[in-house]
Amino acid sequence: MALRLVSLALFFALWHVGAQFAGARMLPEPLVVLRAIVEEARSGALFLHLGATLARVLTAFVLAMIVGCALGLLMGRSRAADRIADPWLVILLNLPALVIIVLAYIWAGLTETAAVAAVALNKLPNATVTLREGARALDRQLDEMAQVYCMPFPTRLRHVVAPQLGPYFAAAARSGLSLVWKIVLIVELLGRPNGVGFEIGTAFQLFDVTRILAYAFAFVAVMLAIEMFVVQPFERHVTRWRPKNA
Amino acid sequence: MSRAGVQKTLDVSIRQKGFLAASGEKLEVLNNVVFRLEPGEVGAIVGPSGCGKTTLLRIIAGLDADYDGDVMRPAGGKLGFVFQEPRLLPWRSVFDNVRLAAPAASAHEIDGLFALLGLSEHRGHYPGELSGGLARRVSLARAFAAAPDLLVLDEPFVSLDAALAAHLRSELAALVARKPVTTLLVTHDVDEAVALADRIFLLSPRPARIVGEVSIEAPRGARNDGVVKEARVKIARVLE
Repeated sequence: MALRLVSLALFFALWHVGAQFAGARMLPEPLVVLRAIVEEARSGALFLHLGATLARVLTAFVLAMIVGCALGLLMGRSRAADRIADPWLVILLNLPALVIIVLAYIWAGLTETAAVAAVALNKLPNATVTLREGARALDRQLDEMAQVYCMPFPTRLRHVVAPQLGPYFAAAARSGLSLVWKIVLIVELLGRPNGVGFEIGTAFQLFDVTRILAYAFAFVAVMLAIEMFVVQPFERHVTRWRPKNA
Repeated sequence: MSRAGVQKTLDVSIRQKGFLAASGEKLEVLNNVVFRLEPGEVGAIVGPSGCGKTTLLRIIAGLDADYDGDVMRPAGGKLGFVFQEPRLLPWRSVFDNVRLAAPAASAHEIDGLFALLGLSEHRGHYPGELSGGLARRVSLARAFAAAPDLLVLDEPFVSLDAALAAHLRSELAALVARKPVTTLLVTHDVDEAVALADRIFLLSPRPARIVGEVSIEAPRGARNDGVVKEARVKIARVLE
């Protein structure tokens, strides 16, 4: 923990030094950015935009995780499903995020649905690939044990299969959250009237680096809180059975 | 034969079992393995390593349906299987591992088994925190807690040191004596077979078939070195 704090302090120190060289217009000092965050918070604009972005991130994330994980499980367990869906997956994996977003806006209009769907579609193949690996790695020996003892399907799913997929799910969730929020910003920049991405777009036109950094860091803080208070405790819970060094 | 009524015995009649090797060559594993176990009888299958013993058990347990022949398991069909490896769920406690495989067993019954097997203090531990010997005991407890109609053990004490294996063997004998259950034990250790079984079936090298059968008359509690020696002589005579 101490090392982490030192490392973080070093980051801000470097930023401070860099700001002296680059000048306030190109790179404002950390304290100036902090003051901007406080001001935006006081006016209420910050929470409005953070809330809008967070809602999009969570909706797209949940959607992509549910569909992506179900598809990944199916592909990992059934060879036929894997053969059928794999080419689609490769196409989706390699289609640039920008293309999906622009097409979604053209086909469905500049709507909330189009925005969230475009983000979810970008994240989906990622979750599918990770969970497919998890499903392929399921332990056959435990499967046979469950079969011999005639465990009912819900018991098998909950006590035999799900714990094996836990780490894959956590990995997909972690990389997914950061990916989704970055894509949400682009979606907002291109076609939404609010959110962090919209604010950053406006600040870009005004060349307002302070504002750009203020919104970016405010949202990073939100994501950090989610990581620390949701993702990490979940991970600790699903790996609690692993022996630890005393 | 009780085909019309309730099946009580274990009837195994496997004409042929083979598989295709990666090279495309067809390997014959079992050839004409036929035997029957009476209710409550403990049978041991003894054969050289790699002769197809595990394959035979997998067929009997219903894990492998690709064979030519018939297997009639005792009615009820509840199975207790002690695998070569403990095969415990690493993310569930010792108690939960047993309870999940035997939902019908009461906590009281499970704790009774734990007491008998010296597992009481490990009830809340996770399998990763157990030694190899303890993990096998959990696997034994799980099989007995399921109150099986047929108990199958696949070299349950292999790769344990001799003293521990002997200790676990006597615990297993005590468990079987407590509540008789039709049991099939596979081993390559003649002493183990003599210590536990009522009848020993001897398998040939691959493709395995039963080359002989030896009955052990002495009661399980009273099998001293003399009984073992006598059984070894009988087995040697059959194998000649």
